[in-house]
Amino acid sequence: MGVMVRIPTPLRRMTHGADKVELEVDDLSQMIDKLESDYPGFKERLLDEEGELRYFVNIYVNGEDIRFDQGLKTSIKSGDEISIVPAVAGG
Amino acid sequence: MAFVKGLKCRECGREYPGDPLNVCDFCFGPLEVIYDYVTISEVISRDRIAGGPLSIWRYEDLLPASAEDPVDIMAGYTPLMKAKNLGKRLGLNNLYIKNDSVNPSFSFKDRVVSVAATKAVEFGYETLACASTGNLACSVAAHAARAGIDAVVFIPADLERGKVIGAAVYNPTLVAVDGTYDEVNRLCSEISDNYPWAFVNINMRPYYAEGSKTLGYEVAEQLGWRIPDHVVIPSASGAMFTKIWKGFNELACLGLLDGVEPMPFGADQNTVHHPAVTTRMHMAQAEGCSPIVWAWENQKNQIRPVRPDSIAKSLAIGNPADGIYALRVIRESDGSGYAVPENKVVEGIKLLAETEGVFTETAGGVTVSTLKYLAESGAIGPDELTVAYITGNGLKTQEAVEEVVNPLLVKPMMGSFEAALESRMAAGV
Repeated sequence: MGVMVRIPTPLRRMTHGADKVELEVDDLSQMIDKLESDYPGFKERLLDEEGELRYFVNIYVNGEDIRFDQGLKTSIKSGDEISIVPAVAGG
Repeated sequence: MAFVKGLKCRECGREYPGDPLNVCDFCFGPLEVIYDYVTISEVISRDRIAGGPLSIWRYEDLLPASAEDPVDIMAGYTPLMKAKNLGKRLGLNNLYIKNDSVNPSFSFKDRVVSVAATKAVEFGYETLACASTGNLACSVAAHAARAGIDAVVFIPADLERGKVIGAAVYNPTLVAVDGTYDEVNRLCSEISDNYPWAFVNINMRPYYAEGSKTLGYEVAEQLGWRIPDHVVIPSASGAMFTKIWKGFNELACLGLLDGVEPMPFGADQNTVHHPAVTTRMHMAQAEGCSPIVWAWENQKNQIRPVRPDSIAKSLAIGNPADGIYALRVIRESDGSGYAVPENKVVEGIKLLAETEGVFTETAGGVTVSTLKYLAESGAIGPDELTVAYITGNGLKTQEAVEEVVNPLLVKPMMGSFEAALESRMAAGV
């Protein structure tokens, strides 16, 4: 069993419509590399030219914002649920 | 009719049709409405606006939805009142309060939701939804009722009772989430991917946010087509802050302000700055959730998300989506930001109530305390034209000010009353 990554609508065109994918990876950087190799172009959607997470992209591990953890170095384990979520306006 | 040309990514400039989209497929940047300002400039005039309805729809030419059959509970056209007493207390001779707490569902959110709901109906949606810190839930439920469609509203479970009841009374499906607003937001973003609902602040966001521009238009119109020297605005996501600025600049570029020559909008409609717009934009946040003000104070270009811990729940957004744009507006307008200490929020509510007879919620307390700070620090000069935006109603956050209730308890007898009054006066309170 790997980690389950939820794919938001704007990226589903890249995953051929899949709303989630399962991957065998140990951290988020590996996850992004794996997504890039499976779906070329994925990485540049998430990271800027410096390799940092784009401002408008939020990644959550089991509901926790990775910016409150180790960012892209946040470790993940089998069974974790990863969400990629665009920033949302105020309410 | 709406003069919308389409949507455009604010970051990479890619263009999209005017559909229910909010995020750029390529860079995740927010999409913004692009207008045909050339045609707008041919039809719009002060007289045309003055002849319109007494609601936000008087500015229909500058809104992204058609006003022919809007979902309208009469949002907007709220009072702009000269605040002589508060001004005297703060040493400001030219102070106004924009009292937007008297909208139909008692907050400025009616402005944005009226636009979003109209657009949702136009797109054919049958359910209106939102993630909310409270005020938006009330407004979405009210507008859905008016439109005769379903509402599903998501709120953090620990909201003030007044906001929960203020939403529930319109009979939406109310979902109380055990988490912060930012967590509610994340959940809703995922839900919106899988349910055919019009989430006003997700897939309707580009249209929704434009409704806040009317806070700029109205103040200018009410001041006789002038704009203030200073405005003080409470901020959570930062969206309203940026849209008031945009509203002032649109009016200037279209030549609608007194003595101001029109100017073309140029390639980037969302960052246009007419040199005649010299209003200094001051942002009010509460210390327990002030990521935008923190970035301004520390000269950062990015917003570092925080975990909110504030009495001002309607401002408790730790990861503000429009934060960087609001930050740019502070800088471009030579404005400022202030993080109000948590123990000064209620003080601000009471100050406004006691001086002007306006009962605002905690966000308004943050605004008034910021105004007080700016006046005392000399950032606002005594004769400068200043407008403080009061965007929510105090009846929704009564818990915050329960300490004010201290009645004289008397028997229905004259003697009992006189004794109680004497005792109170002797105590000097």
